[in-house]
Amino acid sequence: MEYYFQLIINGLVVGSIYSLVALGFVIIYKATKVVNFAQGEMVMAGAYICFALTVQYQIPFALAFLMTLAFSVILGLVIERMILRPLIGEPIISVVMVTIGLSSILKSLVQVFWGTQIRVFPPILPQEPFILIGLPIAPVYVAAFVLCLLLFAVFSLFFKYSSIGIAMRATAFDQQAAQSMGIGIKNIFALSWCIAAVVSSIGGIILGNINGINSQLGHLGLKVFPAVILGGLDSLLGAALGGLIIGVLENVCEGVARELLNLGGFKEVASFVVLVIILMVKPYGLFGTKEIERV
Amino acid sequence: MLKCGLFFTSYNKEDQFFTSMFQKTCLGLFIGAMLIAPQVLDFYYISVMNLIMIAAIGAVSLNLLTGVCGQMSLGHGAFVGVGAYGCAILASKGLPFIICLLGGGAFAALAGMFFGIPSLRLKGIYLAISTLAAQMILEYVFLHWSALTGGANGMPVDPPSIMGFSFDSDEKMFYLIFGVTILCVLGISNIIRSRSGRAFIAIRDFYQSAENVGVNLFQFKLQAFATSSFIAGIAGGLWAYYTMYITPEQFSISLSISYLAMIIVGGMGSVTGAIFGAVFITLLPEVLNTTTSLLSSFAPDISSLMAPLKEGIFGLTLVLFLIFEPEGLVRKWKLIKAYWKLYPFAY
Repeated sequence: MEYYFQLIINGLVVGSIYSLVALGFVIIYKATKVVNFAQGEMVMAGAYICFALTVQYQIPFALAFLMTLAFSVILGLVIERMILRPLIGEPIISVVMVTIGLSSILKSLVQVFWGTQIRVFPPILPQEPFILIGLPIAPVYVAAFVLCLLLFAVFSLFFKYSSIGIAMRATAFDQQAAQSMGIGIKNIFALSWCIAAVVSSIGGIILGNINGINSQLGHLGLKVFPAVILGGLDSLLGAALGGLIIGVLENVCEGVARELLNLGGFKEVASFVVLVIILMVKPYGLFGTKEIERV
Repeated sequence: MLKCGLFFTSYNKEDQFFTSMFQKTCLGLFIGAMLIAPQVLDFYYISVMNLIMIAAIGAVSLNLLTGVCGQMSLGHGAFVGVGAYGCAILASKGLPFIICLLGGGAFAALAGMFFGIPSLRLKGIYLAISTLAAQMILEYVFLHWSALTGGANGMPVDPPSIMGFSFDSDEKMFYLIFGVTILCVLGISNIIRSRSGRAFIAIRDFYQSAENVGVNLFQFKLQAFATSSFIAGIAGGLWAYYTMYITPEQFSISLSISYLAMIIVGGMGSVTGAIFGAVFITLLPEVLNTTTSLLSSFAPDISSLMAPLKEGIFGLTLVLFLIFEPEGLVRKWKLIKAYWKLYPFAY
């Protein structure tokens, strides 16, 4: 029993990072209808920038964290302006492929600068685990989980009450109507890429503190698809829950497969099996808008 | 080359596959050149040409599904893998070459149809993500069904033989692959001209209109998935026979992505374009290899940057093509042809 509790807790921590990455994904999709296959590589880029600032340039962590966020904003702006804006109105396959191309570029840049081996962040939080319901839990796990909850709260409030958040929702709902009401669509697009880059970077920094980082971190981006499809492509709440559910499910499936079937690595594929089932049963996910035309 | 305007005097003429004597002569010359190529060129060039032809079969098959029928697939690399494994497994049972190749294709067609079924209810990005799931699941099967596929160790494949004649060298394989490539390309070109092909194009252009004029969407989408994966499986079978050793990581998501890149760089929906794309994307890392080996005398560190550079240049090519030449190389080719047709007049 304890084994499964441990699996669930690990799943929640990993899931909260999936949620963060999914949040960036959903924000971009909501505002611009672009599906970003480079989300995982944006996580990786943020993690490596923070690593370089703290370890290679010896900048205190808090300052490095803020600098990473600033860098992410610039990264988001550059990507939106240089790569995505020329493709507005192009077919879906072009937009998907351009983000795939972008992911290759980001991955190669990281490998050119930092190589492929695993890099470890210096510990920021105490290493002593504390005991929760009889289970040892590392403080960095708790911090990760709390930080994710906090970010979700901030963004929910932002979208609900701030005027920019309302403008973003309006753009997502009907671009033409929003534009005719005086909302600068281009600024909204740029802003959504910035937010996505920032939340991805935060996810990357958390991951770096938990497991260390390597250049395969971008693979994480693929894990986000089951999460966002489960939650619904255009729902923030869906992204949060979808990430957590996929994280837990993946860990528990791995544990069960290892215990009962003696089958390794089921983690990699469990979420995709779920994805196929969701797409067959409820293609718009738990909280998504039901706008898919069934053919 | 066809003059501008319509000059057909009979339906048969309009329906012809090769429209002019000039075109037939050019194709004849090209095939002749390809047939003597292995006698003239050295080993390295022959192996690169073999890889290009295998890639061309895969790209042309993906073009049928994505470019012609409009169904985006991120799982094509896995379907190629199913063909390769199917072919290798049949070959290890001692079956003759042609049955193995067709059997690999049939396995791939079954896999394609299976993962095509849920996709029939989905469009656009949802379809892309569901084929991504197909890719991940099949990759897992290759890696973990060790009894059948050899798991991470992979499985060896003997060189093929027809009637006791063994294709055991690159040159012999060249002729075999060239023959199969011509059959596949002609086959797909003819499918596109047929009733099914017109139905595929109708589905791509607007599925509701297609349904209104009596196209059975379910049937034709499934048919597109099956035909496309069948040819992909043939490519996989040839790949297995040519490399003589297959492992799961050869058929990873990056293979699917490079097939998509081929049809985008070449020009979506055009068979010629898919072939151009296959040539371009296969040559890209080879050119890079040559360049770095030339540069390594000046900058010895450059070889360690090889792998990331390849990936980065691949991504950059994709992005630049999508931004500046979305219709692909085939458009450039048409412009060149038009230029020479009208030369020396600009209009």
